[in-house]
Order: sequence, then C-alpha cells, then structure tokens
Amino acid sequence: MRYLPHSDAERADMLAAIGAPSIEALFGAVPAKALQSESLDLPDHSPEFLVEAHMRGLAGQNHAAADGPFFVGAGAYRHHVPATVDHLIQRSEWLTAYTPYQPEISQGTLQMLFEFQTQVAKLTGMDVANASLYDGSTGTAEAVLMARRLTRRTKVLLSGGLHPHYRDVVCGYLKDDADLICLDASPEGQGDILDRIDDQTAAIVVQTPDFYGHLRNIQTAADAAHAKGALLIVVVTEIVSLGLLEAPGAYGADIVVAEGQSIGNALNFGGPYLGLMATRQQFVRQMPGRLCGETVDADGQRGFVLTLSTREQHIRREKATSNICTNSGLCALAFSIHLGLLGEAGLVKLARLNHARACALADALGTVKGVELLNATFFNEMTIRLPVAAEPVVAQLAKKGILAGVPVSRLERGRPELDNLLVLAATELTTDADITALIAALEEVLP
Amino acid sequence: MSMNTQGRPTGTGNVTSSPANGAALLPNEPLLFEIGDTEHSGVDLPDVSIKRDRLGGFSRTLPLDLAGLTEPEAMRHYVRLSRLNYSIDSGMYPLGSCTMKHNPRLNEKMARLPGFADIHPLQPVSTVQGALALMDQLAHWLMTLTNTAAVALSPKAGAHGELLGMMAIKAAQTARGEGHRKVVLVPESAHGTNPATAAFLGYSVKAIPARADGTVDVTAVREALSPDVAAIMLTNPNTCGLFEPQVIEIAEAVHDAGAFFYCDGANFNAIMGVVRPGDLGIDAMHINLHKTFSTPHGGGGPGAGPVVLSAALAPFAPVPFVQRTESGLELVEHSEGEALGRITAFQGQMGMYVRALTYMLSHGSDGLAQAAKDAVLNANYVKARLQTVFSVPFPDQPCMHEALFDDSFLNQTGVSTLDFAKALIDKGFHPMTMYFPLVVHGAMLVEPTESESKQTLDQFCDVMLELASDAIAGNMQNFLSAPVNAPRRRMDETRAARSPILKWEREEVVSEAAQ
Repeated sequence: MRYLPHSDAERADMLAAIGAPSIEALFGAVPAKALQSESLDLPDHSPEFLVEAHMRGLAGQNHAAADGPFFVGAGAYRHHVPATVDHLIQRSEWLTAYTPYQPEISQGTLQMLFEFQTQVAKLTGMDVANASLYDGSTGTAEAVLMARRLTRRTKVLLSGGLHPHYRDVVCGYLKDDADLICLDASPEGQGDILDRIDDQTAAIVVQTPDFYGHLRNIQTAADAAHAKGALLIVVVTEIVSLGLLEAPGAYGADIVVAEGQSIGNALNFGGPYLGLMATRQQFVRQMPGRLCGETVDADGQRGFVLTLSTREQHIRREKATSNICTNSGLCALAFSIHLGLLGEAGLVKLARLNHARACALADALGTVKGVELLNATFFNEMTIRLPVAAEPVVAQLAKKGILAGVPVSRLERGRPELDNLLVLAATELTTDADITALIAALEEVLP
Repeated sequence: MSMNTQGRPTGTGNVTSSPANGAALLPNEPLLFEIGDTEHSGVDLPDVSIKRDRLGGFSRTLPLDLAGLTEPEAMRHYVRLSRLNYSIDSGMYPLGSCTMKHNPRLNEKMARLPGFADIHPLQPVSTVQGALALMDQLAHWLMTLTNTAAVALSPKAGAHGELLGMMAIKAAQTARGEGHRKVVLVPESAHGTNPATAAFLGYSVKAIPARADGTVDVTAVREALSPDVAAIMLTNPNTCGLFEPQVIEIAEAVHDAGAFFYCDGANFNAIMGVVRPGDLGIDAMHINLHKTFSTPHGGGGPGAGPVVLSAALAPFAPVPFVQRTESGLELVEHSEGEALGRITAFQGQMGMYVRALTYMLSHGSDGLAQAAKDAVLNANYVKARLQTVFSVPFPDQPCMHEALFDDSFLNQTGVSTLDFAKALIDKGFHPMTMYFPLVVHGAMLVEPTESESKQTLDQFCDVMLELASDAIAGNMQNFLSAPVNAPRRRMDETRAARSPILKWEREEVVSEAAQ
C-alpha cells in the first residue's frame, strides 16, 4: 500500500495516544449493521506495473485520433498542444494546489487566473471574463439563467444552429419550462430566430460558427435582440475561430460563452473541458463562477485575490447566483499557457491554417459525386449531405481506419430529414494525405 | 557549508540582518502582458495565404492584442509563478472538508495514454470500446463501494452532481404525481452548495438545527417532515467530522414520509470500504473523485462528481451511460420516458475517470478501507494531541476523518481565527478550514487525510500548540502582522471587491479611465 505512510507500530503508537484500543473502535458511531463485515467483491491492492498493464490494455482497445485520418469535430477539436504546456501543468505547484482561498500563498494560481481572464476578455472582445466554468454546454445554461436574472424576463430562444447537446443541457437545467423555446435544426444556416423575439424575451442564444459550421451574422442578431430589450448570448464551440473571425463583443454580444478545449487541452473523450464566459462590465455581479481581481497587500505590493464572492454559494447559500463551487483551473492554466505561447501572431496563423485546411477539405468534398456541401461560409467545419444515411457510411469508413466526422443523426434522433447529414472538421493537423484518403474511401462506399 | 568559486569554504560574513526568508527564490513576476507583446510567439506555424476565403465578410477587425512569449520566456514565466503556490506535494493541507490527499503520478501517466487522451467523444462507439469498458469498470467500483443500483458518471464536479441528484429526485416525484413537494430539509451544518442546489431547482429550504453533540436528531427530522417535503440533503460523515449515529433512522423516517434521502458524499473518504452508504438508506450521493479518489485539485478544478443512485432513482439517470449488450458495450445517448436528459455535452470527466480507476486498482478494496481507517486515525491523533489547548465543541464521540475545534481558546487574546491561520502560513503550513461549519462559532476544521505520516502530524501539532501558547501569552504582533514569510503580506480583499479590477489594461487605458 504505497500511498499510506504508517507502519503498524506507528498506528499502535497513535492509538495509544488517542486512548483507543483499535482503529475500529473509532468507528463506534456507525450502526453495527452498517459496518462492512465481509470483504467486498473487488480486487485487493496491486503493484504499479500491473495497474499500468491493465490500463494500457483498455487504452489499446481505442482508436486514437492520431491513428489515422480524422475529421471529427462538432464541439471538440483535435489541435496540437505544445509539449511545454503539458510539462508545465504537471508541475506540483500547479497540479496539486487547492483553490486559492489563501491568497498569500496562492499568487501563482491567482495571477494566472487574472491573466486568463484578460486573455478571454480580449479574445471575445468583452469587458470582463470569469475564471472559467465546467465547459461550454453548462456555461450556456448558466448564461441563460444569468440573462433571466438580468432582464427579469423568462422567455429564451435557442437558435436551431446551437449545438444539439448544448440545447439539451439547457433543456435539462430548465426542465419543463414553457418559456424556453428551441427552434428547429437549421442545417442550411437559415435565419430562424430574429422574428421570434418579442418584449417578453430575456435572451436569444446564437452559436457562431454554428453547429453545422455556418458563420452567423451576430450584428443583426444583436440589433434585433436589443431593439426588444433582450440580451444576446453568443456561443462559440471552436475558440480558435476568434483568431480570424470578428469578436462577438464588437458585434454587441451581451454574454459570450465558449468551449475553450481547443487551446491547450486534449480531446479526453469529452472532459475535462473548459467553459469560458465573458460579459459586459455592468453585468458582472450577476455572472456565475469564480472571479479573480487585482489588489495590494499590507506592504502595498500588487497581488491578486478571488473577489466578488458574495455572489457565490459558500457565502450566499440559497441566494447564490449558482451552486457552482469549482472552476476548471488546470484546463484554464493549459489554455492560458498555450495562448501565451501563441500570442496574437501565433493565434492568427493557427486560425488561418485551420481555415486553409478546411477550404482544402471543402473543395475536395465538392468533387465527390452525390455529395452536397451545405456551407457557403465556414471556419474549420462544414456539413455535407450524402445520398444515403450518414451513420452507416461513417461506420464503414471507421472500419477502414478513417474517422470521417459526426453524423447529425447521432445527436438529433427521430429526424429523418437530417439522417444524410455529416459534419466534418479540419484543423492544422489535417494533411493532404488525410483528405485524399477520405475522398477515396467516400467514393468507394457511396453508391 | 557552502563553497565559494575558488573552492574554499565560505563563512557567513559579518552580516547582521533579519532571518532568511527565501525571498531570493520567490520572484516578483510581471504579468504575461508586461513581458510579451503581440509580435512574439513560442509556436512555429506556417504562414499560409488563402486564395478564396469562406469567412463571408465576418473577418476580425477588433485587435486581438494578445501578448505572446517565446518558449524559454513562457517556461520561466510559469515556473516562476508556480513557485508562489503552496501545494500538497510541498506540504500538508489540513483543509477540513476539502480532502487534500496525495495525488499519485501513475494516475497522470495513465490519463495521458493516447487511447484515453486522444479520443473524441463523438467518434464511432466501435472505436472506443476500451473507453466504455473503463467507464463500466469505474461504475462497478463505485456501485460496489456504495451498494447502490446505478451511477451517473457525467457530473463535472461535486456541486454539479448534487444538482443532478436533486434533479433525479424531482423527476421521480413528478413521475409519481408528487410534483407538489416543494421543501428540502437541510441541516444547518451543510455545505453551502446544498441550499444553493435546492434553491436552484425551485425548492424552499428548511433548516434542521444541530443537536448539542453536533449531529442531527431524528426527532427533529420527523417534526420537519410533511407531505410537502421532497428530500433531505444530509452530509455523512457530517461537516463537524462526525458520523451521524441515527442516519438509518433518519433514512427510514424520510422514506416513510414519501421523501428521498440525498447524501452529500463529500466526506466519503472517511468510510470508503468500511461503510456502504446504500446500507444506510441513501437514494442519491455524489462522490468527489478529486477528494476521495485522488484526482488532482489543480488549483481549483476540474473536479468530477459521479452520483450513485438507489433502485428507486436508477430509472431517472441521465444520458449518456454505458450499457452492456451481446455485441459489446454501447453508449446510450438519448433518454426515454421520464429519465433525465443531458447535463453536460459529452461523457463527463473521462480524464478523471482514468485517474480514479487507476487509484482504485492501486489501492484495491483492502487499501481503500485502510486509507479510510488511516484518515480517521490521523484526525483522531491530531484531536488527541491538540485538545488540551484547543477547545473541541463536540467531544463526546471520536471524530471521523476531520477534527473540529473552535476558537474559544483565543478569547481575550485579541487574536482572531483568521490571524491564527495566517500565522500558520509563516510556520510553513497551509491553514485549516476556518469559520466552517457555520454551526460552530469560530470553527477550525482540520482534515489531515491518510497521506500524512506521523512525523508530519507531530510537526503540525507542535506548530499549532506553539502558536496557541504564543497567542495566549499575548504575543499579538506575530499574529496581526502575519504572514511575513509568504510571497505576499495580508491581501486587501475589501479593496478588490469595492472597485473590481478583473483584467489587465494598458496604462493609457487606465489613466484615461481615471480622468
């Protein structure tokens, strides 16, 4: 039991100091019938090499993204993460620190969060950002609740271009709420939301690039929302896109929610990820999640602390803005380091490279007989309509070692009109050879 | 003795100054934006041109203004910043209720295997059978350790798990036609997340007072129960570090009234492998993988909060979940009937599942039980060593994994609990949890965890006793000025909240705003 420091002799010494006959005696308050009397049907402790062998066995049954051509996106993206990032986040002082409630001995984490908040504010073009949330999907639900608090209205419109999982999460948080209106899927990028806004509307939620890859006109959405006193929530699932696309803040967004996984964080089969949230200065006291602020210490030296915690559950209990009690600290650190390494110059190059690879993919897909590209605009992701259902095609290509994208039907069940749609992403890691292999395989399996 | 450049031993010279405080190794590190600029970058990428872009005229016009660092600059910036942090690898964190135990590095190594780290949540299920098997095995361990019927893995943190658990309770009652139940009972000693979660779901919160011995009286629960009560949210072991002796009676009373028992599992570390919460009658309980199962806290997350569910709540588990079929493992991604939908976009914190299962396999069933027992032993040892000086508000029963003291020993000293905690920093220890639980005035909650050796516990207790006698002797200045050995002196938190500065601005922007 390599993680436990005591010898039996030390345990005996400690029991003597306590005045207890045995460790079991310390569990005297547990009702006797609840004490575990027989051993559980689970294995006993195991040496490191055997545990490692077991885990490697499981990992080996999975097809990793790097194992072959890979075009899967739809809310999580495979990008290169510099070796420096993963080295740094494994330093003890980052990895094994607690929440920085004692600021005098947590300035590393706090200064990093202050830098992170600044980066997110700049990226989104907003006044302030928080210290991160669980992920983009739960952040979207929190943004909807925040907009309701701010406007004291309840009607919320979710665009048909919003990631279906994000929509489902908002619906889950607001179960059976008649004032939550989810518009029909809009795979062609059609406008669907503007004429539904009225003076009871708290917020509209628009994603760009949307789930199907289309770029949405945020300015028009902002103007339409603001004309009725509603707020505009902009969702971004591919944060790299903001290296090339206009900042939501410049278009008049009120709350921006994003998934930050693309910068600094691996795919990890869906988590842990990184929820980004930014808003206007005047809304900050209704924003959920931790905030880090600048101040001085007793000697007048600059330093950082968690602040405005009167919004939070450990102070306000049932009156808190949210029940959230963590951020996604280590993922925020990875994001901040990676973005610090990129800088403006690097992020713009990375975004342009992504767009260039996606253009190459789109052009190649356009040559396949029977394949229709639905996007006039995109960043690094697009939707095609196949002549047959997409799911079996993806399954066939997977057998050839090609992960071809996400069939829309996997997220939108019972919608036959969406069955032939396939969402594909390209990133800086997508090579010409990958695209050639995909096209050849598609031509082979399509009728 | 150190050597000078000529190889001769150096003396200490004739320096008269204050004691060494290590400041030479604790830099004042400028902000990223004060070091880097928009031209520098630590990443080499080709500069491609695009003949015909598909951006539809939505190109960025707002300057990004993001500072970049070259690789050596970035390495130094983040290494220097890291040195300003306390961490469990560098010292004990006696933080009650937070469970800062050792984070094994095997966990990290396994989480980085490409077969776990480099797989996409939406790639075909046939290509991730090992990932589903891992989730299935983790679920099996969690259900076996708790004797429950189901587990929802996807909650992203403990508070998210609480939300899910209470949503399941609400869904179950709605399905029974009992959606009118609008009250949730929460003992006064509860974590702040409990009432926040209940309120989030539209419940009104009714507080249950604690008994003089720090535990919940089943009689008080019975009196509070009514046809309007949906559930009780009870932490066990509770936040005073005590096992609730009447927990089974409380569960029976709650069930008899048609309500559910939500157990806050933040303190499962104390009883894993020793007591199965299902045997106590719980209906739902979240398990903080970052506390009980050693996944790193990472300076405040990411956590993971799977929720185990009783047979009554199992049908309401959210998607996605893993199902065994004849053809292999399947991922159920769409909910049916009354079941809950999705509470997060994908499968939850896979990276944490890998770490937690690695930890479980390393410890095994026997090791987990021993870890719980050692955690309880350590807390009682600290209590035994300190209780001659530090007042123990609930002395009647042994504590579980954490020892609760109050600050009455500081009465008339002029030293506050906060001052005392900051003085502990000067002695090289992270402070204990203070002012929580709320049921004890000036609470000081110490949770050593099973990771600390007797030697470290003795050092900690020696320091605590030394500080207490200092305070009682009236050496106030050491406390009021503390900390003096940390990278920063006491921070002005009031100033931070009064006029919040939440991001860095260029100097010209700051001076414009001032005008």
